Amino acid sequence: MLSYALRRLLLLVPVFFAISAVVFLIIHLVPGDPIDSLTRIGSTPAQREIIAARYGLDRPLLEQYFIWLGKLVKGDLGTAIVLRRPVAELIAQNLPYSLALGGCALLFSTFFGILAGVIAAIYKETRVDQGIMAGILVGSTLPSFWLGLLLILIFSVQFGWFPVSGARSWNALVLPVLTIGLGGMALVARVTRIAMLETVQKDFVLLLHAKGLPALRIQLRHVLRHALMPVVTILGLRIGWILGGAVTVEFVFARPGLGMLLIRGLGQHDYPVVQACLLMLSIAVMLGTLIGDFVQAAMDPRVRSSLQ
Amino acid sequence: MALLEVSDLSIDIAGIKPLDGIGFSVDEGRILGLVGESGSGKSLTALSIMGLLPLIGGRVERGSIRFDGIELTAQPEPALRRLRGRRIAFISQNPMTSLDPVMRVGAQIDQVSRLHLGLDAKAAAARSIALMERLRIPAAATVYHHYPHELSGGMKQRIVITMALSADPDLIIADEPTTALDVTIQAQIVQLLMELVRDRGVALILITHDMGVVAQACDHVVVLYAGRVAESNGVKEIFAAPRHPYTKALIRCIPRDGMTPGSLAGIPGSVPSVAKYPSGCRFHPRCPDVLKICPEAVPPLEPQPFGGAVACHAVAARVTHG
Amino acid sequence: MSAEATFTPRRADFRRSVAGKVLSTPKGAIAGAYLFLLVLLAIFAPWITPYPYDAQNLQVASQAPSWAHWLGTDEFGRDVLSRIIYGARTSLSVSTTAIAVSVFVGMVLGAAAGYFGGLLDRAVTTVVDLSWSFPEILLALILVAIVGPGLHSTMFAIGIAYLAQFTRLTRAQILSLKGETYVEATINLGASHAHIVFRHLMPNALAPVIVCGMLATGDAIILEATLGFFGLGAQPPVPSWGAMMSSGSALIFKAPWIIIFPGLVVAISVIAINLFGDALIRALDIRASLREV
Repeated sequence: MLSYALRRLLLLVPVFFAISAVVFLIIHLVPGDPIDSLTRIGSTPAQREIIAARYGLDRPLLEQYFIWLGKLVKGDLGTAIVLRRPVAELIAQNLPYSLALGGCALLFSTFFGILAGVIAAIYKETRVDQGIMAGILVGSTLPSFWLGLLLILIFSVQFGWFPVSGARSWNALVLPVLTIGLGGMALVARVTRIAMLETVQKDFVLLLHAKGLPALRIQLRHVLRHALMPVVTILGLRIGWILGGAVTVEFVFARPGLGMLLIRGLGQHDYPVVQACLLMLSIAVMLGTLIGDFVQAAMDPRVRSSLQ
Repeated sequence: MALLEVSDLSIDIAGIKPLDGIGFSVDEGRILGLVGESGSGKSLTALSIMGLLPLIGGRVERGSIRFDGIELTAQPEPALRRLRGRRIAFISQNPMTSLDPVMRVGAQIDQVSRLHLGLDAKAAAARSIALMERLRIPAAATVYHHYPHELSGGMKQRIVITMALSADPDLIIADEPTTALDVTIQAQIVQLLMELVRDRGVALILITHDMGVVAQACDHVVVLYAGRVAESNGVKEIFAAPRHPYTKALIRCIPRDGMTPGSLAGIPGSVPSVAKYPSGCRFHPRCPDVLKICPEAVPPLEPQPFGGAVACHAVAARVTHG
Repeated sequence: MSAEATFTPRRADFRRSVAGKVLSTPKGAIAGAYLFLLVLLAIFAPWITPYPYDAQNLQVASQAPSWAHWLGTDEFGRDVLSRIIYGARTSLSVSTTAIAVSVFVGMVLGAAAGYFGGLLDRAVTTVVDLSWSFPEILLALILVAIVGPGLHSTMFAIGIAYLAQFTRLTRAQILSLKGETYVEATINLGASHAHIVFRHLMPNALAPVIVCGMLATGDAIILEATLGFFGLGAQPPVPSWGAMMSSGSALIFKAPWIIIFPGLVVAISVIAINLFGDALIRALDIRASLREV
């Protein structure tokens, strides 16, 4: 297991370089002088020179990249143009909110999604199953921001149960988590259901019956465990989806967080902020995929032997 | 009294009747060969005996399955479950896919003795390893901790056989245990099964389409065609003097030493699909000895003067006409 | 050569029976009818809509649905129904164009990777796998960061976001078809690479990719709406469903219909696309080929 972990981590290194390179290149790909992306409009030539020197804009591109990376490692993510504060500070302030949102949404989707999928599989072809399937269809095709707005309309405006926006209380987490969670739940339920139905037809299940094991135990201990593997795979791959959902939802609910920071930054052309947020989010996606792979390896011995 | 007696067994799966009036019996310490091409209903017979038809949406429509005096078709599910694995064991067809891939093989063998014999973890492990050694699995104690995908096909099949033996069953049903294996391993597995029968006195139903295996291992043979018994007899007798045209054709098809090129035989036509069984005798479209009565009436399974039974109008006609 | 002709397998000449199969299921028929209607409305928008999409009338601003304005008016007094129909134009044209290009490029890449194998295959697969787990919205935002907001970046974003799917699918199709004996036979008859790929492999790989493209269009519509909602998509005065909901969210207390109706149309349209796509998959019997996507 340990060697698998190490091999997997090693694979991450080139990916990180690739992504950080893309993020770094953003200011150079934007039409115009890179210095414009890093300074306020109306700044004096002297101020511009200082910024230019700090980022080493007169050096070759590759060198600039390594300067940038070097600062990154030291925790210097630059200074926000509009807010004039160190970006690292902004990130540190907003990260916990995003983590809370993303984490809760993930838990919600996983737990209720698996539950729904298992129920649908056990009661397959009945109304229960069809109802769940319809719910899955709707849940996975609703645009998340619209769902969010709808939930606000119903539960905040109409019933007044939850705050409309902000993150002042635990209460405020409910609707945002639901917005992301319902979509995620649909995905997990769909995969779980198919996996359960397919697993039940496998040969080894027949033998389990032939050994005289009780049916329920077979379903839960063997079939479910086996069926969960594709679910974990999908979750690992779609962790990014949950993060993407978080970005949208933060915006809709005006919650502080990386997503909010990013969108505001895009609107204000505040490139240091944009770069930092994109980098953080990308790293989160990579980590999420990594964890997904680890869980899968822990569950399936075949994966552990196979990675080259 | 025979350990297992099946008579007039007919099953129904979603309106189709893949088995119609099957009957045979098995004694302790004997190997019964259940022979037929794919689609003849061999595996379904195994499922029926084990009471696992509901898994594929089927049920016994009529007939009786008596195991050690117990009428299995009348037993409730909990009673059947107690028999499965404990007194009637099953060896499935494809060892590559019959083991749970995420569970170590030792634990899978332990499951049987822990469930049926109430052994605790240590005792079960010891028993399993001892059994594995008796089945000549090398380095049994190490293999015990392996996962199925780390073992070869032949090894996996031995594990499956160990699982079957774990609770000391009286009857083993082996569904094409060698089909998915290499030829050399096939011979070993058959040998192993024969030894088990001889040493432990279990009854074995060996389901196969390979007449070579039948010749090697079985005491008695039942030939199935399209869900009905075509012929049954002792193994020596059936090879020396096959009576049903289908049996004759099957035996003719076995490749032999010294055959001239181009003389490999086949049976013209193909096994009818369950949905479109021919009327009367189901073999009649492919039969070289077909008579006028064959498409019209189902030939009854008749006991023959010198042992065995055959279901064939042509044979019956010959017997009465002397 | 006649030998070639006999070896070419099932070509797409069952259009009649496929259409029949799709439309005979209730889901397929209703979804198909809705989509047909939507496309018609989008094409004939200027002639159909009761009001122009930018006709402001501050006297009737933020009014609930009425006989004059079936779906109400927005904060500038513009007719919501008309704007929704024009929004369909934007959404559909942007999504279908971007997806179509993406499908084309994806098929070329996937076919090349699958057919030639080797280094090209490794390179393509690595990039595809990387972008596979990356959320579309983030990719889109990166692109917007570089190119700036607007319809062109939306199309670019959509195209790139879904490229991975089509590449992967085509590659898988080509790989499995490559091994079939009729391909070997054609090679033995001296056919060139291009001939094999275009005349024999592609037509059979086409069906799953086209259906996948259709389903992706649904996702693309959502992506376009999301970007519009952030104000990063189509810029005013071009109407877009996302932007409508964005400006409408300020009035969520007073005039919820401004948000509800555009979103409803998005949701129903995407559901219809999914249902139709499902019916198509069943009719063409390609469920197995779409397994991994």
